[in-house]
Amino acid sequence: MRRAFFALVARDLRLSARIGGSGALGLVFFLMILTLVPFALGPDLNLLSRIGPAILWIAAVLSTLIGLDRLFQADEEDGSLDLMLASPLPLEAVVLAKVLAHWLTTGAPLALLSPLFGLLVALDGIGMAAVAATLLVGTPALSFIGAIGAALTASIRRGGLILSILVLPLMIPTLIFGVSAANAARGGTVPFATPFLVLAALTLIFAVIGIVAAAMALRNAE
Amino acid sequence: MQSHPAPPRLTVEGLACRRGGRMIFAGLSFDLGPGDALVVTGRNGAGKSTLLAILAGRLRPEAGEIGFSGDGEATLPESLHWIAHRDGLKTALTARENLAFAADMLGAPALDPLAALERVGLPHVHDMPVAYLSAGQRRRVALARLLAARRPVWLLDEPTAALDAASQETLRGLMREHRAAGGLVIAATHLPLGLDQARDIALAPPSGATAQDHEALS
Repeated sequence: MRRAFFALVARDLRLSARIGGSGALGLVFFLMILTLVPFALGPDLNLLSRIGPAILWIAAVLSTLIGLDRLFQADEEDGSLDLMLASPLPLEAVVLAKVLAHWLTTGAPLALLSPLFGLLVALDGIGMAAVAATLLVGTPALSFIGAIGAALTASIRRGGLILSILVLPLMIPTLIFGVSAANAARGGTVPFATPFLVLAALTLIFAVIGIVAAAMALRNAE
Repeated sequence: MQSHPAPPRLTVEGLACRRGGRMIFAGLSFDLGPGDALVVTGRNGAGKSTLLAILAGRLRPEAGEIGFSGDGEATLPESLHWIAHRDGLKTALTARENLAFAADMLGAPALDPLAALERVGLPHVHDMPVAYLSAGQRRRVALARLLAARRPVWLLDEPTAALDAASQETLRGLMREHRAAGGLVIAATHLPLGLDQARDIALAPPSGATAQDHEALS
């Protein structure tokens, strides 16, 4: 069973490396938003650095949505999903493997590269570290939430719009606590740990809900 | 191919299916033991693929019971190969990678992916992305899955579609071997498959004639 799990993760990573996939697209989209914001707001460095973490987080949420509709749909279309349903591996583990591969190609690179992108919005050292830490802890929640929507819309052609409407409201708590933790690290009355721990808790909660709900949706898809 | 520890037995009792509010078939019963083959025929839309999807656990039947006993605790979906219309291949991966993944996913690996490809006559394309293969070649890669992982029940949906004469003969040989080793074959088809001593079921809507003339269809 462990073999099946890692075979699935390895296959998805290989597919995304070979055909680009949502990972590279998400990263480019992320960079595009961050490049445009300073042009739109003007060269006010104080303003940019004050709203920097929020911009990075909004960009992360939006770029997670890109290509999310293909997470299960691609497997549904070519019949690979039938293979996964016939596996002794429980469907919940299938979902976890897919989400893990999705996060490794979208959320993780965003978090790791965010200090670099932080330069574009004039973040200082502590700000960059705080944003990277919050993204690293918070983006798995985005992938888990996305999996629910992707599983629900797996058999709908052009389900991207419905998917976004379904999952965006669920992502708002993660966005709120991600940004407030990043801001708390740069000073203020709230200690960094308070929103950061809530953010971590949200990720754990959505890990459970996401896996169970997505597996249920896939099982009942016809 | 070694024989299976516990002989598989599949019992279907009074199976009925409704799709889109319309009754497709009803009162379907059969009982298959080790080495048995069942050929499901019927016109387009008679529910052949639907029957296989129900057996594979992808659709819920309207009524009826499906009983399966086989190796240990394994359920029916965990004991079968389902070669459906869609080949279940990733076009960006090579034929060999696709087979290795299927074997890992299905468990009980049997033949090495390369050896399985050799059996279906495709050893020369093992390192080619499936996107470059023809429809018939893709079908053969999908059929090589039957050999890459050992499972007692084979559900084959139009297995000869897009296959040339030589490949159809290979498939016949594979099915013969599988049955000799105590496996079960259920095939939905329009074309005669050349299975020895296979049982036939002709699917027809419940309101119409109960038994369709098999000869007229094949």
